[in-house]
Amino acid sequence: MLRNFVKNLSSKNLRCIIKNNGGITSFGNIRSIAPLSTTELALKDEKINITFVLYDGKRLQTEAKVGDTLLDVVVNNDLNIEGYGACEGTLTCSTCHVVLKDEDYKRLPEEPCDEERDMLDLAYGLTDTSRLGCQITLTKDMDGLEIKVPETINDARS
Amino acid sequence: MSYKLIKRLFSSSPYKKCPQVCIVGAGPAGFYAAMHLTKKLEAVNIDILEKLPVPFGLIRYGVAPDHPEVKNVINQFTKVAQQANVNFYGNITLGKDVHLEQLRQNYDAVLLTYGAEEDKLLGIENEDASNVFAARNFVGWYNGLPADKDLKIDLSCNTAAILGQGNVALDVARILLTPIDELTKTDITEHSLSVLSESKLKEIYLVGRRGPLQVAFTIKELREQLKLKNCRTIWNEKDFQDVEKIVPSLPRPRKRLTELMLKSVNEKQTIVDDPNIKYFKPKFFRSPNKFLVDDKKQLAGIELTCNILVGDNLESQKCVPTDEKEILNCDLAFRSIGYKSVKADKDLTLKQGCIPNDKGVVEDASSDLAKLYVAGWLGTGPVGVILHTMGNAFQVAKVMCEDLGKLSNTQTKAGFEEVKKTIAQNNGNVIDWTGWERIDTYEVENGKKIGKPREKICDVEKMIEVAKA
Ligand SMILES: Cc1cc2nc3c(=O)[nH]c(=O)nc-3n(C[C@H](O)[C@H](O)[C@H](O)COP(=O)(O)OP(=O)(O)OC[C@H]3O[C@@H](n4cnc5c(N)ncnc54)[C@H](O)[C@@H]3O)c2cc1C
Ligand code: FES
Repeated sequence: MLRNFVKNLSSKNLRCIIKNNGGITSFGNIRSIAPLSTTELALKDEKINITFVLYDGKRLQTEAKVGDTLLDVVVNNDLNIEGYGACEGTLTCSTCHVVLKDEDYKRLPEEPCDEERDMLDLAYGLTDTSRLGCQITLTKDMDGLEIKVPETINDARS
Repeated sequence: MSYKLIKRLFSSSPYKKCPQVCIVGAGPAGFYAAMHLTKKLEAVNIDILEKLPVPFGLIRYGVAPDHPEVKNVINQFTKVAQQANVNFYGNITLGKDVHLEQLRQNYDAVLLTYGAEEDKLLGIENEDASNVFAARNFVGWYNGLPADKDLKIDLSCNTAAILGQGNVALDVARILLTPIDELTKTDITEHSLSVLSESKLKEIYLVGRRGPLQVAFTIKELREQLKLKNCRTIWNEKDFQDVEKIVPSLPRPRKRLTELMLKSVNEKQTIVDDPNIKYFKPKFFRSPNKFLVDDKKQLAGIELTCNILVGDNLESQKCVPTDEKEILNCDLAFRSIGYKSVKADKDLTLKQGCIPNDKGVVEDASSDLAKLYVAGWLGTGPVGVILHTMGNAFQVAKVMCEDLGKLSNTQTKAGFEEVKKTIAQNNGNVIDWTGWERIDTYEVENGKKIGKPREKICDVEKMIEVAKA
């Protein structure tokens, strides 16, 4: 109990530190507090359900805000995916690698840009339907989306 | 910081009866392993020992200053360090302040993650000439590594050569070719900014033993180099003969990287009459044979051996030297052909620059001592990026979790309580996380004064002074 208390406290401190540094990244709640246009406000309330399926079969089902990226969802819901989002959505780490179902991949509104593909090329278990979670923004029609999170453990020498 | 207070109030005893883990080296491997261990084990106490007073290893001292986004991972590591059962003890060197045997006597498990800090030598004539540097020392210099802060580098010349074609080679090239105004906003050290701002360098060769299909750098770094302002890339078109034909059969990463090179080759950039333009010149199929020096042992050029690739199968083509030689005139050279780990402690055995291990477990006969593990570059060799170091550290930590789970509950090792007695005899200045936070604040404040995100302290004594203030 005590440990949790200390943990919560420290993660709150951390958020503050990040906020004080200014919104350079799209990390966590920065994005959601920034623009105040009416459409954004309307979007804010729209929620969908999505499921992360970990490499060991574990399923993490969660509510997600439309307009958030998959990385935002992991961070805001404190999902236990180890090491996910090391660079905080700045396209420089590829620890946010996810694999989508073929049909989901195809209906994403945007194709990955060169920079996203560059980072994906470093990822383990790269597939034709791989994306970086920090680059996928949720839309309303993605309700029920299933996202596979591949294993990051591999022989570093290969 | 209130949580530190709470941590101090309660940290004096409740974790005593849990496994005591010691991690040596506070780089990514150490932090990622600690992350996994604290997540997977219900109770564990982790002490991270680090040579420098400051944490983060190559994130702080390797990653280029113009790549601040890569360093965001520090936020995850900070979270790990702020947990009540994780302790950072800086300014403690394994092999000097404390010995491996002592650690293995006082902990239930010891994980070594002290990296690969020594650069590999080319082993050729005149390698000790002035203005021949290890790329790693140059990186340490612009990043403020205390050991490299006094590097004397002369940038008043026209041409430099970098030997090696990996990402570190590209980092060095980019820092030397980037317009200075773009570096002033980064956390690059002031001493190197002032030297770089006087630079007269016009062209940089990036010399590789093999061909375009074997380059070690990754596509992101190349793309960045090709987009660099006021810099043109000049390839030797002949090096790309037949490459185009092979492209479709390559695996995706190599394919995209090669396509990007070919695209740039086909742009046929040329030398122009503009003093503001600099040149980046990759050179393939060349091995350095010897450095040429003048009578003051000042670098004047490099004699290169021309190589050819033999074998039909692209994947297994071998690079063989020919009798042909070539002189590359240059006044500055960096070797960037890889690193090896050092034998930090007398009880360690290294093989080919790293500690031999089986999934992180270091086999030895000392069964009465705590089990020994290795992760990160010390165990894998200096390959890959943070992502790969992370994968390896998780894998090793997973094995540690399984082993620690099997330990009988009665085991109660004294951990740092005991080790610190010896350390105190050698070194009275252990820096804890609060000490690092003071250094951090000090650096950020000093950076603010000159419009930078941070101005690093480059001197260990000064770090200690600030940490203890
Ligand atoms: C120049 C350079 C640039 C890089 N840039 C990038 C990049 O942009 N992106 C990316 O993803 N990867 C990058 N990498 C790769 C990345 O840095 C490595 O994957 C990673 O740092 C390896 O982690 P490690 O923990 O094994 O080693 P290290 O990061 O080297 O950590 C080892 C730690 O151990 C400490 N230590 C050493 N000896 C002792 C001792 N005797 N006792 C106690 N402590 C000791 C060191 O001080 C250090 O803190 C770069 C590497 C280099 C060399
Ligand atoms: S979070 Fe780093 S690339 Fe997506």
